[in-house]
Amino acid sequence: MTLTRRTLASFLALFSLPLAWVLLLLVVPYAIMISVGFWTRQFPLFHPDFQFGNYVQIFSDPQYTTVIVRTLKIATFVTLGAVILGYPLAYFLVFTVRSAALRNLLYMSVIVPLWVSYLLRAYTWKIILGTDGALNSLLVSTGIVDAPLDIFLYNQTAMVITLVYIFVPFMVMPLFTVLDNIPRRLIEASEDLGVGPFMTFWKVIFPLSLGGVIAGATMTFCLAFGDFVAPVLVGGPNGTMVANLLQTQFGTALNWPLGSALATVVLALVLVLLQLSMRLDRAGRVDLA
Amino acid sequence: MNALRWWQKGMVGVSLAVLAFLYLPIVILVVFSFNDSKVTSFPLAGFTLHWYEAFLSNEQMLRALSNSLVVASFATALSVVIGVAAALALDRYEFPGKRLFQNAILLPLSLPGIVTGIAMLNFYKQIGIPQSLTAVVIGHATALLGVVVSQVMARLAKLNRRQLEASADLGATSVETFRRVTLPAIRSSIFGSALLCFTLSFDEIPVTYFLTGREVTLPIYIYSTLRRGITPEINAVGTVIVAVSFVLIILSVTLLRDRRES
Repeated sequence: MTLTRRTLASFLALFSLPLAWVLLLLVVPYAIMISVGFWTRQFPLFHPDFQFGNYVQIFSDPQYTTVIVRTLKIATFVTLGAVILGYPLAYFLVFTVRSAALRNLLYMSVIVPLWVSYLLRAYTWKIILGTDGALNSLLVSTGIVDAPLDIFLYNQTAMVITLVYIFVPFMVMPLFTVLDNIPRRLIEASEDLGVGPFMTFWKVIFPLSLGGVIAGATMTFCLAFGDFVAPVLVGGPNGTMVANLLQTQFGTALNWPLGSALATVVLALVLVLLQLSMRLDRAGRVDLA
Repeated sequence: MNALRWWQKGMVGVSLAVLAFLYLPIVILVVFSFNDSKVTSFPLAGFTLHWYEAFLSNEQMLRALSNSLVVASFATALSVVIGVAAALALDRYEFPGKRLFQNAILLPLSLPGIVTGIAMLNFYKQIGIPQSLTAVVIGHATALLGVVVSQVMARLAKLNRRQLEASADLGATSVETFRRVTLPAIRSSIFGSALLCFTLSFDEIPVTYFLTGREVTLPIYIYSTLRRGITPEINAVGTVIVAVSFVLIILSVTLLRDRRES
């Protein structure tokens, strides 16, 4: 319904509160964060200003650039790991599981961990990978190794494993949807033409599922990029990620302007990625009707 | 279907491994919550309920738990009231800036929580709202609005418009139509999204971390305990949380699934 003078009153009655709420408590905070990013700090106070010093510092000081590069690297590995684990699972659910009830049950069981405390799921890897944790004690008690190994915990591999574990459902969800929407007759047509199942997968199914890969990868990358719990729990001294840097700016380092600028960088990165993935998805979309 | 090829068998193998990968850590958490040892290592040392007793007599933890329940309840209530109104308006009317509004409320769901937390902290400091549980409630309600709006709108899109027209033709006022036609149709999506909000708020860390003051929520309490070291008490409280979340999730999914098409 377009707004007319007659409908305006009821529209306003419904929408004024949500609009005011979102503007004041969501949009304005983001805007303020962005503007504080241009402020200066004269310890221990912050002064309104408009200068790019914080951004210059973020992109030139190796203290920050190393962490940004590391975070990009870890988020990339996490995304790759999630695709490698998530794709076969989604494929299996859609094409191998025959019974619809079993498929729904299995799909549900992939999503359920997503809503089970995120913190606890990160924490379990601490008790699994720790020096006297589950994995080590299992290896020792079965005689595979003589003494507990301390190679499992407090490194970047542990962080990647933990983050893949946490975010793999985000990858499976869109993949499941796109695979499930591929018309079966396309696959049958390919097989009728004598194309083997692998080439059918490679030439038909995989290209049609790219939209799901992009959507899942974007979500996984963005969330992994901004994580601060896994680095604290299972990352070691070389595990600091951008989010931990952010924590510090609002904690001990007490530099809100720099922290706000860094948060703005993360915000911009995520927005660019979301936009890019939307474009890619639109460009690659094939009309299946 | 023909017998599976080697690479298809490979995919099945990987899938089963991934499913195991998803649940193994949760199983380990539950098992060790009953294990009679201070360290989480094999072989298991015997059954105990000691860690549950320790959790139930830990007053700080219980206080954090009750804070979490209060925060999640208020945040959910606010999210639902504002979100349902927004969903109704978005579903019914065309207006400039509609897409922008929808994108804005979905932003906190795809943005790392820490950015939203920092934005809100900056804002609250500017207008003088102190860091407190109230600030956390407002923050959660705002960040979770997108959950309610998207679920309720999805349900509204399936609503049969002719029922609304019929109701109006029969002389019902718009309030009556809402109460007797629209509301019954979207009720399950409201309950479902409310449960999701509750679970998400109960579990939230990044926004809470920046907005909370001296009073903390359970995840923040656990998080700060974990930085000092591990106690099996955490396994016990974790197991309880896992059990409760499973129940809530199954409940919300059942409610969100459409059993009857209108």
